[in-house]
Amino acid sequence: MTRTTRLNRRRRLAAVTAGTAGLALLVGACGSSGSDDGDGGGNTAGDVTADLDCAAYEDYGDLDGKTVTVYTSIVDTELEQQIESYRPFEECTGATVEAEGSKEFEAQLPVRIQSGNVPDIAYVPQPGFLKSLVADYPDAVKPVGDLASEYVDANFTEAWRDYGTVDGTLYGTPLGANVKSFVWYSPSAFADAGYEVPETYEDLVALSDQIVADNEGDPDIKPWCAGIGSGDATGWPATDWLEDVLLRTAGPDVYDQWVNHDIPFNDPQVAEALGTVGEILKNPDYVNGGLGDVSSIATTEFTEGGYPIVDQLCYMHRQASFYQANWTTLDPDLSVAEDGDVFAFYFPAPEAEEQKPVLGGGEFVVPFADRPEVQAFQAYLTSPEWSNAKATATPQGWISANKGLDKSLLQSPIDQLSVDLLTDDSYVFRFDGSDQMPGAVGAGSFWSEMTEWIASDKSDEDVLDAIEASWPAS
Amino acid sequence: MSQAVPTTPDVDAPRGRKGGDVKPLKESRSDKAARKLSSKPASIIAICLAVLWTIPTFGLFVTSFRSPSEIRSSGWWSTLFTAEYSLDNYNDALFSGSTSFASYFLNSIVITLPAVIIPITIALLASYAFAWVDFKGRTFLFVAVFALQVIPIQVTLVPLLTQYVSWGIAGSFWPIWLSHTIFALPLAIFLLHNFMKDIPRELVEAARVDGAGHVKIFFQVLMPLLVPAIAAFGIFQFLWVWNDLLVGLTFGSAKGSHR
Repeated sequence: MTRTTRLNRRRRLAAVTAGTAGLALLVGACGSSGSDDGDGGGNTAGDVTADLDCAAYEDYGDLDGKTVTVYTSIVDTELEQQIESYRPFEECTGATVEAEGSKEFEAQLPVRIQSGNVPDIAYVPQPGFLKSLVADYPDAVKPVGDLASEYVDANFTEAWRDYGTVDGTLYGTPLGANVKSFVWYSPSAFADAGYEVPETYEDLVALSDQIVADNEGDPDIKPWCAGIGSGDATGWPATDWLEDVLLRTAGPDVYDQWVNHDIPFNDPQVAEALGTVGEILKNPDYVNGGLGDVSSIATTEFTEGGYPIVDQLCYMHRQASFYQANWTTLDPDLSVAEDGDVFAFYFPAPEAEEQKPVLGGGEFVVPFADRPEVQAFQAYLTSPEWSNAKATATPQGWISANKGLDKSLLQSPIDQLSVDLLTDDSYVFRFDGSDQMPGAVGAGSFWSEMTEWIASDKSDEDVLDAIEASWPAS
Repeated sequence: MSQAVPTTPDVDAPRGRKGGDVKPLKESRSDKAARKLSSKPASIIAICLAVLWTIPTFGLFVTSFRSPSEIRSSGWWSTLFTAEYSLDNYNDALFSGSTSFASYFLNSIVITLPAVIIPITIALLASYAFAWVDFKGRTFLFVAVFALQVIPIQVTLVPLLTQYVSWGIAGSFWPIWLSHTIFALPLAIFLLHNFMKDIPRELVEAARVDGAGHVKIFFQVLMPLLVPAIAAFGIFQFLWVWNDLLVGLTFGSAKGSHR
């Protein structure tokens, strides 16, 4: 999800994307419900309306003939799976849901609001964007209805409610989620070399050193590989690195202060975290297996950053749960499982840390109308029924923080592991920081300075100072 | 280089007086250049450059037939004659779920054809009126229409979309067709008007003497002569609409709320 989300942040209507994006939108506009092709995973989607029991839908009332329009950054196959998951709601209430996806969602939504062509519901992928929407168009964004609000309390943790809340009012309810604190590795390669999955951050560093020592004869093989290239959004994987490590070195409370700018961006604790990231990402002994030297991280597309693992040129690649789609793109026969070709382990916390932090992201359902059918549909999206329908319709690559989600419906092992991390009380969840910061930082200087940090070896201090200087005054 | 510029007086003038006629000198220079450029070594260099410049494109072409795993593991040149080639990539791009370019093409055509035909039709009628129908304020109107070109289309996006929404046509193809028409008209009217003005007045007057009305003059006298101008503008407009993203993106979105 965030793969497309990140790209959506392109504000410029770059001509490069003209061919695909514009046309994709129009195809979407022509209605793309229906066929269930290309799940990419080899797994198959289930039938969402099998054994449908409409009893759980009685609260929504009779909505026959009503229509709810949805606007989202989710496109293609993922959008088709979304549309599929609305069918139980449509069949039980009689309402129709029209979903439209656009890769230019973030640029287009304000235009549509201004011109009055407002969708009933939009899926906003960043809390920061939600905040600016509420600030810029206070009349357009509607507070969440009572039923949906109740469901959020019942099915989600307090933290998720907070991310959809602006100035004390709930404007967004959580939809999907993803977990970013993962390190991808090859279980078979680990088994061959006799390596064990590290339990603590110290073990992780020790393992890296051991891999370096074991491969002294072959300088091409390195413990880590990485890539932060992503078009206009180049640098975001590096911001995830810093956020993940800051959560581990300074703890969730400092992280929250840093995200909300209660402490400056270049606080000494952040500098320490960046230094720790640098010990891996800017260590020529550790990176960049199969891809080149340190600066090659900046020129490698993030989609391809983990591929050397398959060639056994690198052993570890820190990237979010959604990276599993890239493995099946690379080779549909790769098995993503704990005993398969590739899998991921939790990016470990230091031994001294009591709680294990989890970095993640997700989308929020934001209503622009308060008609009964819109409120009912939003309530449905926060219900366990929808989560389970979505899990049934999606072979791989979708999870939710909904407590009512039946884990056994998820077919992909990495999705199951992600849900474990999200629902286990010994893990503390934190939302991606750059998605919460003001756009000038979170979708601007943070990305570009982290790219500079790697590409032209800019110093830790200069990078943090430059980002702090770019933080908007108000 | 300075003597190569014939208009520079302090170089050219004394030379012309001393050396006699300037014209043969000029010709011989261009002849010399032509001779040099078409000589054998020059041709060989040109062909070498052309081949060198084409290699990446050719590589792209070859790569398009290779399988994704091969693309990643080896260069196209390494297994040029031994590799297995297939059309799978084209099949994926054109018809598979995530990037079905075939349907995108269809969309492009559905948008482009009316967005070319509508403005040309209107512009032809308007430019005929501007060129051959006498009415009060003609010049002023014509200048006004042409001056509208200076308005950047980005400024008009939100107001136009607001208008389409209140007319209730948002979500159909009409906003895109109409917008492209609106943005194309000033230039189309200007170009076609100038072309029509160039047609000899005698021709139109002769037709009028023979009893032809405006409709007959337009279709039987002017239209055959205008074909090159229409073709030129048609190609121009086609390319612009086909390559456009901004207009399609803004006006192509689905209908918002069903209130």
